[in-house]
Amino acid sequence: MAGVTTQRAKLIGRNQASIQDPVWVRWLLIAISIGFVGLFLALPLLTVFLEAFQDGWRAYLRSFNDPAAWKAIKLTLLAAGISLPLNLVFGLAASWAIAKFEFRGKSLLITLIDLPFAVSPVISGLIYVLIFGLQGWLGPWLAGYDIKIIFAVPGIVLATVFVTFPFVAREIIPLMQEQGDDEEQAALSLGASGWQTFWRVTLPNVKWAVLYGVILCNARAMGEFGAVSVVSGHIRGKTTTVPLHVEILYNEYEVVAAFSMASILAVLGVLTLAAKTFLEGKVQQAYRETLEPSAAEA
Amino acid sequence: MNSSAPRFARWRFRQHSVLPGFGLTLGYTVLYLSLIVLIPLSALFLRTATMPWDKFWHAISEPRVMASYRLTFGTSLIGAVVNVVFGFCVAWSLVRYRFPGRRLLDSLVDLPFALPTAVSGIALTAIYAKNGWIGQYLAQVGIKSAFSPLGVTIAMTFIGLPFVVRTLQPAIEELDGESEEAAASLGATRWQTFWRVTMPSLLPALLTGFALAFARAVGEYGSVVFISGNMPLKTEITSLLIITKLEQYDYAGATAIAVVMLLASFLILLAINGLQWWVGAAGRKGV
Repeated sequence: MAGVTTQRAKLIGRNQASIQDPVWVRWLLIAISIGFVGLFLALPLLTVFLEAFQDGWRAYLRSFNDPAAWKAIKLTLLAAGISLPLNLVFGLAASWAIAKFEFRGKSLLITLIDLPFAVSPVISGLIYVLIFGLQGWLGPWLAGYDIKIIFAVPGIVLATVFVTFPFVAREIIPLMQEQGDDEEQAALSLGASGWQTFWRVTLPNVKWAVLYGVILCNARAMGEFGAVSVVSGHIRGKTTTVPLHVEILYNEYEVVAAFSMASILAVLGVLTLAAKTFLEGKVQQAYRETLEPSAAEA
Repeated sequence: MNSSAPRFARWRFRQHSVLPGFGLTLGYTVLYLSLIVLIPLSALFLRTATMPWDKFWHAISEPRVMASYRLTFGTSLIGAVVNVVFGFCVAWSLVRYRFPGRRLLDSLVDLPFALPTAVSGIALTAIYAKNGWIGQYLAQVGIKSAFSPLGVTIAMTFIGLPFVVRTLQPAIEELDGESEEAAASLGATRWQTFWRVTMPSLLPALLTGFALAFARAVGEYGSVVFISGNMPLKTEITSLLIITKLEQYDYAGATAIAVVMLLASFLILLAINGLQWWVGAAGRKGV
């Protein structure tokens, strides 16, 4: 074994030049990468703040002196506040069923959970219009009871729940599958109840994956545009979330106000990226600990 | 695991387990999935099923709709190709090289996932408009970027980059270098090694990343509508056309186009799955 390793090390040493890229190739590729990401990704992000502050920070703050803006912020928080817990509970239930038990049709179920990712934003909104809209299946019946879902807050919440549906589940399922059910069986045989096992054993094991899923779910819930745009009806100050309010301001040539609102979402995006980078490490560590328990102490 | 069970055991829905909560959690999962996803999605197909065929065909093939397909699929395709080329450079640099700012670059790649599409839409428009940072120089040489198919392509490129990079990164990490060493020790130049050894093993990941970026761009709405200008027959993407039809209360027309788009994205995903199965099969054969 050791002989093989030294032999391989020798081989690497001998052929280093032909395996490694020449220095000029290396720097060319790095320059292209930085240039492309800078031009296509970093520049738009920077633009949001430059446009928001183009008339100084007083003008920036004045943009928030608008009741409709605060209504939009509240509605965005409401939509995220409802879809987060719903999809979190679903994610935990689905991963428990999928990871801890063997049953027929499991892979079909996993595929179906991912389905909302394959549906484009506009179509995600459209399906609810087809059900709850005035020309929809339930529309006339709901109108009889004076219940409005489309062009009202419930429609926005529903569309948000749909587009953020898989986020939490798809982060927890693979990790829980990897971890198996040995620890749960041990807890149960020591006399713990099912709930105790879940709260004290299962949940702590997947906590970083849960948080990771929640962060991604939240970013999408607060930033969703296409799906909520279809069901919102754009009633200013009533059925506009922050992204929709940005659109209204932009179309009214209120550039500073539009970019000021957009800057809140951009800050949220940057925070999400930072949290994502941090949590990715934690989740990967959880996977490694599953593979070799001794790594937990290392 | 279940090999000790009698071979003639009856068909079972699930294998026995001492863990509780199967009925509760699976029941809730299926109920919630049906209410939020399956029933609403089936509404789309049932709506179309009640449409007469000629009406459906007319709705999905009138000139304005055809023009929107050409624009949407054409620009998505160009965007995905651009992303494959530059996404490869980014992924290769991130995995193989160490340089200052590498971590920052790595995090930035996910920006299109984290930045709401409406925000990237207005930011891209501001950059490429006639008086924008880049738009003004392009205008000087007679290139119209915002409010033209070029602008749509730029937005489609923006939205697709992370798919290519994130699919390629693990594939490049998995290259163990041994085949590259072997090729080099047999006298291949670095260039030959790259094209004959490295590229073929990265091809599946490249194709998957390409297909994911393409699928995402085809359905994209928020980052495109601001920069496209939305002129019917010229710069109108299919997603926007669906919304326009809805606003004119043409539910049947909107639904018909939506079904076409949904089937298109299912086909792309099916192709990706087939691709991954093929790669997996090739890998098993190799072993």
